[in-house]
Amino acid sequence: MAAAAVGAAIRRREDARFLTGSGTYTDDINRPGQTYMHIVRSPHAHARIKKIDVAKAAKAKGVVAAFTGADLEKDGVGGLPCGWQVKGKGGTAMIEPPHRVLATDKVRHNGDPVAVVIAESREAARDAAELIEIDYEELPAVADMNAALKAGAPAVHAEAKGNLCYDWDIGDKAAVDAAFAKAARVTRIELTNNRLVANAMEPRSAIGEYDRATGGHTLYTTSQNPHVIRLLMGAFVLKIPESKLRVVAPDVGGGFGSKIYHYAEEALVTWAAKKIGRPVKWTADRSESFVSDAQGRDHVTRCEIALDQNGTFLALRVSTLANMGGYLSTFAPAIPTYLYATLLAGLYRTPAIYCEVKAVFTNTVPVDAYRGAGRPEACYLLERIVENAARETGLDKAEIRRRNFIPKSAMPYQTPVALQYDSGDFVRNMDDALKAVDYPGYAKRKTDSEKRGRLRGIGMATYIEACGIAPSAVAGALGARAGLYESAEIRFHPTGTVTVFTGSHQHGQGHETTFAQVVADGLGVPMENVEIVHGDTDKIAFGMGTYGSRSIAVGGSAIVKAMDKVIAKGKRIAAHLLEASVEDIEFKDGKFRVAGTDKNVDIAQVAFAAYVPHNYPHESLEPGLDESAFYDPKNFTFPNGCHVCEVEIDPETGEIDIARFDAVDDFGRIINPLIVAGQVHGGVVQGIGQALLEHCVYSADGQLVTGSFNDYCMPRADDVPSFTVATNEGAPCTHNPLGVKGCGEAGTIGASAAVLNAVVDA
Amino acid sequence: MATVSMTVNGKKVSADVENRTLLVQYLREKLGLTGTHVGCDTSQCGACVVEYNGEAVKSCTVLAVQAEGATVKTIEGLANGNDLHPMQAMFREHHALQCGFCTPGMVLAAVDMCNRYKKLGKKLDEKAVRHELEGNLCRCTGYHNIVKAILAAAPQLGA
Repeated sequence: MAAAAVGAAIRRREDARFLTGSGTYTDDINRPGQTYMHIVRSPHAHARIKKIDVAKAAKAKGVVAAFTGADLEKDGVGGLPCGWQVKGKGGTAMIEPPHRVLATDKVRHNGDPVAVVIAESREAARDAAELIEIDYEELPAVADMNAALKAGAPAVHAEAKGNLCYDWDIGDKAAVDAAFAKAARVTRIELTNNRLVANAMEPRSAIGEYDRATGGHTLYTTSQNPHVIRLLMGAFVLKIPESKLRVVAPDVGGGFGSKIYHYAEEALVTWAAKKIGRPVKWTADRSESFVSDAQGRDHVTRCEIALDQNGTFLALRVSTLANMGGYLSTFAPAIPTYLYATLLAGLYRTPAIYCEVKAVFTNTVPVDAYRGAGRPEACYLLERIVENAARETGLDKAEIRRRNFIPKSAMPYQTPVALQYDSGDFVRNMDDALKAVDYPGYAKRKTDSEKRGRLRGIGMATYIEACGIAPSAVAGALGARAGLYESAEIRFHPTGTVTVFTGSHQHGQGHETTFAQVVADGLGVPMENVEIVHGDTDKIAFGMGTYGSRSIAVGGSAIVKAMDKVIAKGKRIAAHLLEASVEDIEFKDGKFRVAGTDKNVDIAQVAFAAYVPHNYPHESLEPGLDESAFYDPKNFTFPNGCHVCEVEIDPETGEIDIARFDAVDDFGRIINPLIVAGQVHGGVVQGIGQALLEHCVYSADGQLVTGSFNDYCMPRADDVPSFTVATNEGAPCTHNPLGVKGCGEAGTIGASAAVLNAVVDA
Repeated sequence: MATVSMTVNGKKVSADVENRTLLVQYLREKLGLTGTHVGCDTSQCGACVVEYNGEAVKSCTVLAVQAEGATVKTIEGLANGNDLHPMQAMFREHHALQCGFCTPGMVLAAVDMCNRYKKLGKKLDEKAVRHELEGNLCRCTGYHNIVKAILAAAPQLGA
């Protein structure tokens, strides 16, 4: 028996192709007869479209066709759907204005698409786009949320009075008011959680293709969830049944949330490919990504925490404005509600919490989930106010947390804001992090910095996130218009190799390695015999995709469930081959054994018997060894941890140097520690980016100021340090078969708060 | 239109291009060498770095017609058959790539960094590696493992 694969730092199998330039990203694909689409986008943040004339462009050299929204409407093309219905105070439905694939009446943000040109080459399409005449009537625009809510502000959508999408709340307001009334002390804070651009290194791309012989459409796209795109685009936009629509998401160069959503360009290339009878390709320029990929964060929040004389938290009161941008992106309404406010208990026993959220339309690019999605906003808010409270009460920043942590013994713990945490050892994570950072030695390091004329600060962030989304029944009750399970199929082939089909999608996470580790151990076969297949709706039965750190928790659990079925069937075949009763067959390390004897048969032999069933229990079993499963999680998973950052600041220039960053995370059981550490490193740098470098800026009238890598400050190698990261596996998830919690977003969630707390401390 | 010939990964190649065609487009679209990637339109990201007449160059900053007669090496030409170049091997060993999109440019920039330091008779350290990587963006790894991989490969490459 080979050493266990799970838990080992196995080098990634996908690296071989990426390191040699053999990966296949969407823009690397070229289809016979392919044409190129260029999209004409609004230069205005808000304008009425009086007239669009594409006639000259359509006749230009090399042009195949030019289309506007009117052409789409003639064909009955629907708007881009929103996947989540949030009900506001008193059950009021959110305002859900139409989101046309190409704008016809008004443009509502810089970059809103209005027309397309399709040509024999990228260059010809781009040249011809210059010939499209659009008569805009510019309208006053509004980018700032407070301005958008003021009486007389420009209306982004006629349907949304006062630019309000919804006014939602959660928690027990009366209990919170009562607690504040008797509080010994109240700490207050007002915070902006700044807007970010996800900026996966691969710009979005899409290729549409239509097969006249079968009536089938194929869409190649840079997506984190090809089945979701098939569902949304097929059912709501183009009205193509699933059986006639294949969506392929091949190698995808990073997502961070921005490639979850169904975008206009996917519908455009799919629709146009049939219209012109040739494949149509579109690939974004980076400048185009800045105005067409959904952006992240953008909250403005007022928060108060009530404490007793010992520093115990009595109640939390939060009021947040959340920017939706010009339209509702696929998951947008859920982010500042169910993925934000439900996390406001954090790691603390705060008995009463009330949060209200107003979602606001503005003339800016739509906002949706970006790595962490709501949870970094919650963590940032809580951890900033907790350190302020520590300063005001004179308590040590670790001590105030320690006094308020939910103890391990209290698990499962029901928070006052809907979630039930299943596991976690928050004290241990913090103690480990403080040890890693040498907390007692901090005073000396601060003195040393001061001797060199530098300010020094230390900041912490403890966090908990709800991942592994989600129990479908819960998601449905909260307004999700889809289930959030995952699917898997395991084909055990006659000669002993195994193909695993998963609805999860990898775009950097290394599933081809980690999932193979799980299957190699589970079925007792060599890892090199296991192949992981993902990203193609024609190959995989169904899938909800990869986001919210859900792949191993939900996708991995579906694989375990399918393996259980393979083993159950294998036992019945083995019982026949070994002439024993099924109840007496045990499965371990790839062998079926008659309990208490040395009679056994290898799983590969069982598979061979299943496909060459000469000696087979035909009366009770079908041939073949191919099983599939859907897994719908029982609860969310709750990764948590403690991040500590030390900064040194040059008081003359304000330059901030991150002197050290230590993270201790509880992700439950670890499948591959190398990959997990990599996820934390990347997440932490995105968090540092938000704290110190990145900021998406609009002018007051909605022009995007930071629209390129020259203007938007991406973290570079010399902006950040190396890190120490560690994990605690002492409190695994209690409700999924692998005990895993997910690790994709944690770094981003903890880092921004830890860094800014350190800066404030300095 | 112009006919442009050069040597790419040891092979003589030739293709007709518009005057405005960039070297990266020539490699990707005319030669089908799609390992070289395009991550931006402002020469900031470094995903398109190739070895151009012996030096690392962002191939979006060179017109194909300028490259007439040049010798170019792309990521597809770096390994020796099935044997990975030491830099590729160290990137794999240290998990210095996730989505893989920045990787070809990152690896070629790293090889060039080592070549330059070797010529100068200098050794790379973490600070130097981080500074030298200024022209390459990665959104996945946080650079931590990229720096580790380069520092592990550098002694093998004389830097």
